[in-house]
Amino acid sequence: MDRRNFFKTSLGATVASAAALAAGGVQARPNLDPAPEAVGMLYDATLCVGCKACVSKCKEVNGMPPVPMGQDTHADFALDLSAKTRNVIKIHTEGKGAVKDAAADGFAFEKRSCMHCVDPGCVSVCPVSALTRHPMTGIVSYNKDACIGCRTCMTGCPYNVPQYDYDNPFGQIVKCEMCNQKGVERIDKGLMTGCAEACPTGATLFGSRGALLAEAKRRLALKPGETYAYPRGDVRKPDSFHEKAVPGYQKTVWGEKEAGGTNVMHLSAIPYDKLGMPPLGERSYASISEGVQSTLYSYLALPVVALGGLTWLVKRNTSGEKEGGAE
Amino acid sequence: MSHHYEALDRRPVLTPFFLLMVAIAAIGTIFLITRFVAGMGAVANLNGGYPWGVWVIYDIVVGTALACGGYALAVTVYVFNKGRYHPLIRPALLTSLLGYGFAGFGAFVDMGRYWNGYNIFLPWHMNTHAVMLEVGLCVAAYILVLFIEFSPTLLEWLRKQTGWQVRAEAWRKLLDKGLFFFIALGILLPTMHQSSLGSFLIAMGYKVHPLWQTLHLQPLLAVLSAFTMGFAIVIFEGSLVTTGFKRHPETHLFTGLGRIMMGLIAAFLAFRFGYLILMGKVGAMFAFDLGSVMFWIETALFAYPLYVLASPVMRENGKHLLYAAVSMILAGSLYRFDGALITYNPGPGYSYFPALPELIMTVATIATEIALYLFIVKTFPVLPREAHATA
Ligand code: SF4
Ligand code: SF4
Ligand code: SF4
Repeated sequence: MDRRNFFKTSLGATVASAAALAAGGVQARPNLDPAPEAVGMLYDATLCVGCKACVSKCKEVNGMPPVPMGQDTHADFALDLSAKTRNVIKIHTEGKGAVKDAAADGFAFEKRSCMHCVDPGCVSVCPVSALTRHPMTGIVSYNKDACIGCRTCMTGCPYNVPQYDYDNPFGQIVKCEMCNQKGVERIDKGLMTGCAEACPTGATLFGSRGALLAEAKRRLALKPGETYAYPRGDVRKPDSFHEKAVPGYQKTVWGEKEAGGTNVMHLSAIPYDKLGMPPLGERSYASISEGVQSTLYSYLALPVVALGGLTWLVKRNTSGEKEGGAE
Repeated sequence: MSHHYEALDRRPVLTPFFLLMVAIAAIGTIFLITRFVAGMGAVANLNGGYPWGVWVIYDIVVGTALACGGYALAVTVYVFNKGRYHPLIRPALLTSLLGYGFAGFGAFVDMGRYWNGYNIFLPWHMNTHAVMLEVGLCVAAYILVLFIEFSPTLLEWLRKQTGWQVRAEAWRKLLDKGLFFFIALGILLPTMHQSSLGSFLIAMGYKVHPLWQTLHLQPLLAVLSAFTMGFAIVIFEGSLVTTGFKRHPETHLFTGLGRIMMGLIAAFLAFRFGYLILMGKVGAMFAFDLGSVMFWIETALFAYPLYVLASPVMRENGKHLLYAAVSMILAGSLYRFDGALITYNPGPGYSYFPALPELIMTVATIATEIALYLFIVKTFPVLPREAHATA
């Protein structure tokens, strides 16, 4: 192959691989499917009264101290997720902020904790598999002994959930692990998550992803104003029910499809973006990223072939030179 | 070969400028110690929404592209067999080695749990889908390769030291047998991880501004920008060395590099604009928000070298070539800064501006690189020997 031909060939190869990538990736993978026995939660913002019992319970279960406000140390005043807080209730207000769950001049509560994505970005980008999705339960957990602290997971999580402890020279990533990490293991022991157990109104409901999704869709099918008996605790065997008028829900379940779906799903009466939910389509970014990576690197075939070609070329182009020329 | 390259060993190392660089490096070291004793939060403004600040984005994402001179020249000389650029290779390799070496160092400083860092080398921990794994392994390997590629320079120096002559000669012989393979690796590895630095942005999804989120095109645009920046750096550094050390200019060589650069810039702009137009992002170009303003500044900086290099008169002129190279360096750096940091938006509630110590540490890194560069070209035979440089 002479130089001109080589140039043409390599240019052709570049354009071809660019075109292949642009066309959707030769080996693009679809979104992952939910784990076979996926467990999760359903948070219905219209049921939440902002008592933050779930925040306290989460701290208790995970052995983390409350975030004080000045002298006031008896309650948790965490404003957002941090290395000290795995779960937080935020308040969204608009205008006068007078009416609960109204879009204009209203306010609404929002629970932020790990969504336990079906196709988790954090797991996909972690170089050392410190974040993993459980093959059966779909729970996304963290292993600090593997973690190198690169914080790529924070960039790859669409919900900004993983938090790094910057103030500690030996910091680590902190995120909700569905109360099932080593030493807590509530799900393995047959318990429900701490936050769902503590929730007095059933705003945070525990259960299998399938049962929770069915419950969410049932609610969306109800007419606003009707009375509905809302379950509390585990949706599959509720502790109790309480009757309440049905609000005017948004017509989708957040987490059914967003970026491949989540095991922790949300319902709301006001648009989800107002509650701080990110702008996501149905395709997970993890699937696109992995598609590109595997097109370029599957079994290292492309790099090895390229290295072979390069070695041949370099050897040919240096062999004419005398001793010491090949530098 | 000693008659091709010379050490500027008649010039003093301890100039006032050199000492200034050392002083800046010393200040940086104080903050470096603070980072390891008190944690990153004590010196950096990183937060839950902005886990990566100037350290990662400058030291690694931009810094390695600025260190692509060795890569760009290796492709020109060894793939396209353009031997006349050979005299530029050693200084380019030195800047690459320093740039990549400090990128590795920066990665270590930024690595929260550095004591676990070796996990990326353990197969049972590796996540082969992760762009970060590819970048980590590939950059580590490339630093080694760069060192090997640069080692003939060190051996040439060693040969002149009393008592080392025979050993240096033997090592050199050994090296010559395998050097071509490392040169090939030195072309493959940057192609891999420079494209990955683009792929990083894919998984960040909506946090990356639509004008920079080109999904499947990310790796290609990243490689093209790295390549172009590599050539620009060779021209920039060559011009500085010429002026600073009052040496003979290498303009005729730079003109040739400029022509290659021109093609690459044109390709970059064509792919980028083509993609943005196809994806219906023209509206975002003209939104005149931060993103669109930065986008046009970048585009102007890319277009200027194209304008200079397209003119047969200007591209033969050392001054114009230097301006074009500076513009290109700014364009490429801004392209990477904009996408990964300046217009990066994780959503409401988060903002980032680097803390002073954080910035000083980055500046100190650059100062250290400059000091080392000056020391090395005055000690080892790196720069082309005058008479030959213009031959
Ligand atoms: S599941 Fe457990 S760790 Fe997660 S938010 Fe609820 S209580 Fe906290
Ligand atoms: S919400 Fe974030 S941290 Fe939780 S599983 Fe999804 S990507 Fe991972
Ligand atoms: S910070 Fe730890 S968990 Fe997060 S991506 Fe890096 S290694 Fe994985």
